[in-house]
Amino acid sequence: MATLQLHDLVKRFGDTEVIKGVDLDVEDREFVVFVGPSGCGKSTLMRMIAGLESASEGDILIDGQRMNDVGPADRGLAMVFQSYALYPHMSVADNMGFSMRLAGVPKAERRAKVLEAARILQLEPLLERKPKALSGGQRQRVAIGRAIVRNPGIFLFDEPLSNLDAALRVQMRIELARLHEELDATMIYVTHDQIEAMTMADKIVVLHDGVVEQVGSPMALYHHPRNRFVAGFIGSPTMNFFAVEVAGLDAEGVRVTLPGGGQCVVPVDGSRVQQAATLELGIRPEHLRLDDAGPLGGTIQVLERLGGQTSLYIETDGGLVTLMADGDVAYRVHDPVRFGFDASRAHLFDAEGLACESLKAHPLASLTRQDNRVSPQAAP
Amino acid sequence: MTRTRASGRQVGGLRALSLQAPAVTLLLLWMLIPLGMTLWFSLQRYNLLMPGMTGFAGFENYEYLLTDPALWVAMGNTLLLVGWVLAITVVGGTLLAVLFQQEFPGRGIARVLAISPFFVMPTVSALVWKNMMMHPGSGVLAWLFQSLGLPAIDWFSNFPLTSIVIIVSWQWLPFALLILLTALQSLDEDQVEAARMDGAGPLAIFFFITLPHLKRAISVVIMIEMIFLLTIFAEIFVTTSGGPGLATTNLAYLIYIRALLDFDVGVASAGGVVAIILANIVAIFLVRMVARNLEE
Repeated sequence: MATLQLHDLVKRFGDTEVIKGVDLDVEDREFVVFVGPSGCGKSTLMRMIAGLESASEGDILIDGQRMNDVGPADRGLAMVFQSYALYPHMSVADNMGFSMRLAGVPKAERRAKVLEAARILQLEPLLERKPKALSGGQRQRVAIGRAIVRNPGIFLFDEPLSNLDAALRVQMRIELARLHEELDATMIYVTHDQIEAMTMADKIVVLHDGVVEQVGSPMALYHHPRNRFVAGFIGSPTMNFFAVEVAGLDAEGVRVTLPGGGQCVVPVDGSRVQQAATLELGIRPEHLRLDDAGPLGGTIQVLERLGGQTSLYIETDGGLVTLMADGDVAYRVHDPVRFGFDASRAHLFDAEGLACESLKAHPLASLTRQDNRVSPQAAP
Repeated sequence: MTRTRASGRQVGGLRALSLQAPAVTLLLLWMLIPLGMTLWFSLQRYNLLMPGMTGFAGFENYEYLLTDPALWVAMGNTLLLVGWVLAITVVGGTLLAVLFQQEFPGRGIARVLAISPFFVMPTVSALVWKNMMMHPGSGVLAWLFQSLGLPAIDWFSNFPLTSIVIIVSWQWLPFALLILLTALQSLDEDQVEAARMDGAGPLAIFFFITLPHLKRAISVVIMIEMIFLLTIFAEIFVTTSGGPGLATTNLAYLIYIRALLDFDVGVASAGGVVAIILANIVAIFLVRMVARNLEE
């Protein structure tokens, strides 16, 4: 249980700036996920919080105390590494008890804490094994157990599930969410997998080139991306973008001309938009719908049938468009198709890639995972 | 061993045997003839200074050798030499490996310099140490001691075995360093960082993470070095000639004395057999240790 604040944090390796001034507030017991493409600095940021990398500039505050010059072991943190980083020559019990052994904790107490952690993680039958004799998922649990016994204020997870196969990843994801509830600790989690981010986070931090692009709840990021990068990064398949021209501004939003000549009114704040400017309209594949009277059209290039859903990749005048349709659509490749969308689902981005603010917030945008837990039907 | 290939042709059989035969024969001859001759000579009365006195001697040579106090001195010297050099090179090599693993300017050059003594042939390095380092009049060490106000040491007269140990250690330290440095590079950096997060300082990381990781490499170093250290000869021949007295005579040198200074081929051969037995005893322990290590 602890809070974390980052103030204008900068990290340079030689002349290269990899973290370019990050500000962040993590509240007590929050599950925060750092997400971003590889090389965005998310792991470096976590390592700076852990104390494994020094900060070039800025402050790291844990529970209000400046921690920049405090060693990694004394920050009240525990970290789970992507490679698990178990000590290969020690048994599972010794791996988990290593930090207490170094701290001079009496043997009996050590044993009790290790057993307690093993109980939480269902590792009891494996305590005397060496890491080599464990499966990937078991190793992962030992690594988490090693963090638990330290009773840290903040848990740090560095891509902990990326070495596991798909089925195990789903299982561990659920287990981690359960663990977060049981341990009631602050957790910071680095991943490049947005499904992990969306499902586990109270708060997602989207990083790109060492800069925080947006911080917010998963639903806020999904429904109200602050810029084109976040819009494209969050959501799978990726959002579609068209170049559109501003045809008019009114109280209901911005009227734009779509490729192909159709028009629609996107309910966003148009105060920064100029008449006849070229903007980018973003619409998610799942918000496009097949509609013979729709304003957009093209030919199907690729059809991916997943059973419940079908992904259509449609060649249009404005480029390749992805559309998620029902699993039972009867179209075939090379068929001409027309489609449209609900303009309230669309986003507009200006030339700098910044989103025009929606006039009406999405009802789920402020929903957190906590709310999910308290009452699953809370959303209207 | 007769197996059938997928093609239906038999593997093994007469043809395969005939193809293997030259290599196997060569290896057998190479090993068995010297061994057989050594065993045969060790049972012969065979002294080059007394050509008339030949014939079967039974175990006379062994009796003479085993009752000769020189043998036990030589055995002791051999074990002391091997033990000390191993201790110095393994401990020093481990510490140097950890040092050279750290980032510092000029690390590449420093590594090459540290490893270079291994490329100097034993005779040359012994000469360099004898005439340029340890010489009581003109040696670097003498100059160093004198410039500190201490009397110069006549290394080879006063500390003969220590001197040999120093020379041989200097030669073999790079080998240990090389193997251990390579092993150290395969240490997972995450493990070290995990240990740091667990509260391990540099010492704890060394003892709990680095050393266990190096265990296997260390046992390999010990095994390989021991094979070579049991037969150290050139360094002794060039510097002390086994003296003063028998102070630096090891088993290899004793055999040389008996064979080529006393010209007693019989006794020298018996010494050779004793050396083989000693090497085998050591090897049994060693192979067990290494095998146990590799199993893990």
